[in-house]
Amino acid sequence: MSLTLQPNFQDADGFYAALLATHKGLSEAESAALNARLILILANHVGEKATLDEALKAARATG
Amino acid sequence: MAYDYKPYPYRRAPGLTAPEPRHKVLIVGAGPIGLAMAIELANHGVRSVVIDDNDVVSVGSRAICWSKRALEVLDRLGDVGARAVAKGVTWKVGRTRHHEAEVYAFDLLPEAGHKMPAFVNLQQYYVEEYLIDEALRRPEIEIRFKNRVVGLDQSTDHATARIETPDGAYELEADWLIACDGARSPVREMMGLAFEGVLFEERFLIADIEMTADFPPERWFWFEPTFHPGQSALLHKQPDNIYRIDLQLGWDTDPEVERKPERIVPRIEKVVGDRKFRLDWSSIYTFQCRRLDSFLHGRVIFAGDSAHVVSPFGARGGNGGLQDVDALGWRLAAVVRGDAPGASLAAYDRERTFGADENILNSSRTTRFMTPADGIERLFRDQVLRLAGQVPFARTLVNSGRLSVPCTYALTGADDPALPLAARPGSVAPDAPLGEAWLLDRLGREPVLLAIGRAAPKGVTVPVLELAAEGWVRARYLGGAGAALYLIRPDQIVAARWQDADAATIADAVRAMWEGRE
Repeated sequence: MSLTLQPNFQDADGFYAALLATHKGLSEAESAALNARLILILANHVGEKATLDEALKAARATG
Repeated sequence: MAYDYKPYPYRRAPGLTAPEPRHKVLIVGAGPIGLAMAIELANHGVRSVVIDDNDVVSVGSRAICWSKRALEVLDRLGDVGARAVAKGVTWKVGRTRHHEAEVYAFDLLPEAGHKMPAFVNLQQYYVEEYLIDEALRRPEIEIRFKNRVVGLDQSTDHATARIETPDGAYELEADWLIACDGARSPVREMMGLAFEGVLFEERFLIADIEMTADFPPERWFWFEPTFHPGQSALLHKQPDNIYRIDLQLGWDTDPEVERKPERIVPRIEKVVGDRKFRLDWSSIYTFQCRRLDSFLHGRVIFAGDSAHVVSPFGARGGNGGLQDVDALGWRLAAVVRGDAPGASLAAYDRERTFGADENILNSSRTTRFMTPADGIERLFRDQVLRLAGQVPFARTLVNSGRLSVPCTYALTGADDPALPLAARPGSVAPDAPLGEAWLLDRLGREPVLLAIGRAAPKGVTVPVLELAAEGWVRARYLGGAGAALYLIRPDQIVAARWQDADAATIADAVRAMWEGRE
């Protein structure tokens, strides 16, 4: 598996709405903490080192 | 009970009266590394003089966690390994807590079939005492207490040390000088060598207390315990009812204030509750990871903390140093005897800088996790801890110390990938029971060819140990293969292995081993 940057969501709009809903009512600090947990949960799910390395690089490069 | 520090006898050095003939090896520092070095060289028939500026063993427990590999090294030094295991607290379970809840537990699970346990806790002063007892029995070793190096010079074929004693100063020449003089190495200072690395802006209080308690022989580590808010803490059992307590203090604390007993005692009372205890020893330290660029400098060789320091919590200081001894002893002995070229020592430097780098990498990562910088580092660390109490995967990220295991050297000796990965060239030869005996005990002090499930080819020039292809030997050395040949170095590292090879191929591998060929 390598990182895909092509569309891959089953339901992109639905995910985006769900992401915002998950943060609803949280303070900025609580949201930052939630994001950190979310990254860790997703990263563990991906697991593969090469894909994670590519994702880290892509996130940095697109900033 | 408190350790009884008995001074060892000081004797007037012969060099104070008349110049001494040049010695083969001068070892500076009678700590665990210097003493083990002398005994290992004696094992290989090489004489040495060991000098130390002091005349007692280590004050304070200092290194306490001795790894399986370190115990295997000590086990080749007379009765030191056996005494360490008999006296020490054998443990294998570690528990990591966040606040008061356990977030992660590990069982170092010494799978059956090894002579030595995964870890033994034993105060450094006992290890030094056992090493001194053994060294004093060896005719090849002369220990000179209260002899302090104050000057150093070297030429192409020897080093000269200027040494101060209570009776004055003298000079001593040696073909080789091994600096085992610790993290603040005076030899390194005198040579003006850079000791590069990282200082972490963190302070820890380390204390030994004597206390009668029924704590199990486990390693307990807390992140942000309620008894020490916002910091971390460690409790670990040693023999004689001595417990090691480490408390993170933060960078803003004043070490001069914190080292006062009236500051220390209340902190410990919070850890142990209303149990009665006696403060045995304490120290305040910072975390550093540094190493010399090279451990070889002409006729001066560095081993142990003088060559590399790591932050604690990984048990990689003393154990790393004993692996230096392991990698250097047989090689230097061969050079001294004239059986190997001086250039072969480059392999010591190559292997042990590699080992030091692995230790530094692991220790730095642990330190980073334990003492995160404010901001995003702390955010991730805290969320890992929060997750770890609830979902299994996050426990793998919790890092309160990745405990010392030997590195696998990058050797280029012949390999057969069909054989088990854990016994590949560069690895420590795995131990295995042989009836009532142990495989590692049978390896001896020379290189040896293991012929497993087959005979050795005719004309092999090294000692051969034929082993039946059964039990742990089969599991650890053959895997699915029917038979194999393993060339094992004198330091019990696998040099090369084959399912089949002729005597000429094996002879070349033996030559490559002695030459330290890359």
